Amino acid sequence: MTSLVVVSPGLLTTVQDLGRTGFGPMGVSPSGAADPVALRLGNLLAGNDAGAAALEMTLLGGSFLFPEGAVVAVTGADFGATLNGKPLEMWAAQTIPPGAEIIFGPTRNFARSYLAISGGVQVPPFLGSASTQLLGGLGGYEGRALRKGDVLPLGKPTKKIQAGRVSQAALFALAPRKVLRVTEGPQMELFSQEARDTFFRGVFRVSEESDRTGLRLEGHRLNSGLPGEMITEGVPLGAIQVTPSGQPIILSVEQQTTGGYPKIANVIGVDLHRVGQLRPRTQIRFERTSLAVARSLWMEQERLLNSRYLLFL
Amino acid sequence: MRFCAASDQTLLVYLGEEIGLPAHERVLNLLRVLQKDPPKWLRNLEPAYTSLMVTFDPCKVDHSGAEQLLRQYGERAKTARPRKARTLEIPVFYGGEFGPDLNDVAALHGLKPQEVIALHSSRTYHAYFLGFAPGFAYLGDLPEQISTPRLETPRKKVPAGSVGIAGRQTAVYPFSTPGGWRLIGRTPLKMFRSDRKGMALISIGDEVKFRAISREQFLKMESE
Repeated sequence: MTSLVVVSPGLLTTVQDLGRTGFGPMGVSPSGAADPVALRLGNLLAGNDAGAAALEMTLLGGSFLFPEGAVVAVTGADFGATLNGKPLEMWAAQTIPPGAEIIFGPTRNFARSYLAISGGVQVPPFLGSASTQLLGGLGGYEGRALRKGDVLPLGKPTKKIQAGRVSQAALFALAPRKVLRVTEGPQMELFSQEARDTFFRGVFRVSEESDRTGLRLEGHRLNSGLPGEMITEGVPLGAIQVTPSGQPIILSVEQQTTGGYPKIANVIGVDLHRVGQLRPRTQIRFERTSLAVARSLWMEQERLLNSRYLLFL
Repeated sequence: MRFCAASDQTLLVYLGEEIGLPAHERVLNLLRVLQKDPPKWLRNLEPAYTSLMVTFDPCKVDHSGAEQLLRQYGERAKTARPRKARTLEIPVFYGGEFGPDLNDVAALHGLKPQEVIALHSSRTYHAYFLGFAPGFAYLGDLPEQISTPRLETPRKKVPAGSVGIAGRQTAVYPFSTPGGWRLIGRTPLKMFRSDRKGMALISIGDEVKFRAISREQFLKMESE
């Protein structure tokens, strides 16, 4: 069996796929890649099923050795990847010769970079998914972030590798953005007009205390005579909940599945992968949209991701 | 049934406005009919005290289509025969290093630690839902006499098996996670195991009792 050796792990590198859905009644959040679009594209380029397990790196990448070689694709944020000292092209299938090492550095733009490998990373699935859930220490590689010296087994490639790259038009359509589109949250009417105006007009900064569970936002407080506690209920991915101190938090992939804070808004589906690319100190804004627009954008994005014009060979 | 779009891909169904068994019975019934015969567009379900959050595939249905079908499921749920609740007993060693907040909780209410233990283990609790972490069951209702607010500063690491209280709720932490509930004891049982059917020891709708055990019993059960 072929393998990948972790020479250095980077800041926080985990095994991720598209997550485990349907386990809400057991209190298990879907988890999975924070930027699922980058993961899907990486897998497509590496000749894998869209949901194969890959590596997710955060802000600072690691170094990975391929003793038997592999076909890989680097997607998501640009961490300045090199192969034998030469820059490695992103968003394209790349053949790595046996014994070669890919070295990633610090991010040059966004929060997360993905390394997809032909055959995918093979780890025992937990509830049908390879994704790491750090809070419970579940899934992924021993339920934890990768460490120096870890040896990850790789699977056999499942499809013929396309040796292509993602089209510029697709990259443009899927690019990260700092204006996140949102729909009304279930408790929006509990917020004063002033708080709502602040939410839609203000510029917020992503706090350093942000991770895969959620992004804490700084810059404005949204407290405005809200009732203290509401009855705990299910919370969607991308919910923007406001703590009693008025701090908004965008829930991310390793979110708690239920919560008792009021939610002013919710990031729409097509912008969720963009939330996964926001790094600390980034300034963001919110733009209101309707459920109908959000749905047509989602269907358009799914069409693009399944289109034969996505890759060019 | 009251419906509210929580996001562009989810719908919150409210089945009551007050925490208690009547609303929760309706949540459980709707959950069960949906689990038994899931609509093609269903992706996830999040039951809670008085609501059920439904996540759907927006390529297959929109909010109004989902609502329409959920109303039919709601009708079916009304006639569903309630399933008999399972009763579980959780052995707990209270206090000491396993329940570091027991004395504080007692002092806050002007009780002796033994009285807090007696009150906590006197009642049969209802498992309202699982959340926070895999297998973490929100159990209620804690006796009013020992209802205690969360810690001001949550602990960075709560050991697995810790028994905590917060407001009118009690729960067991299945994994070592951060947590803000006040810890009064610990169970030697594994609350979540992926190699066991059902995986979570406590399921939604279960009846749960706590039983005080000695340190010796704890250590013996833990090693088994």
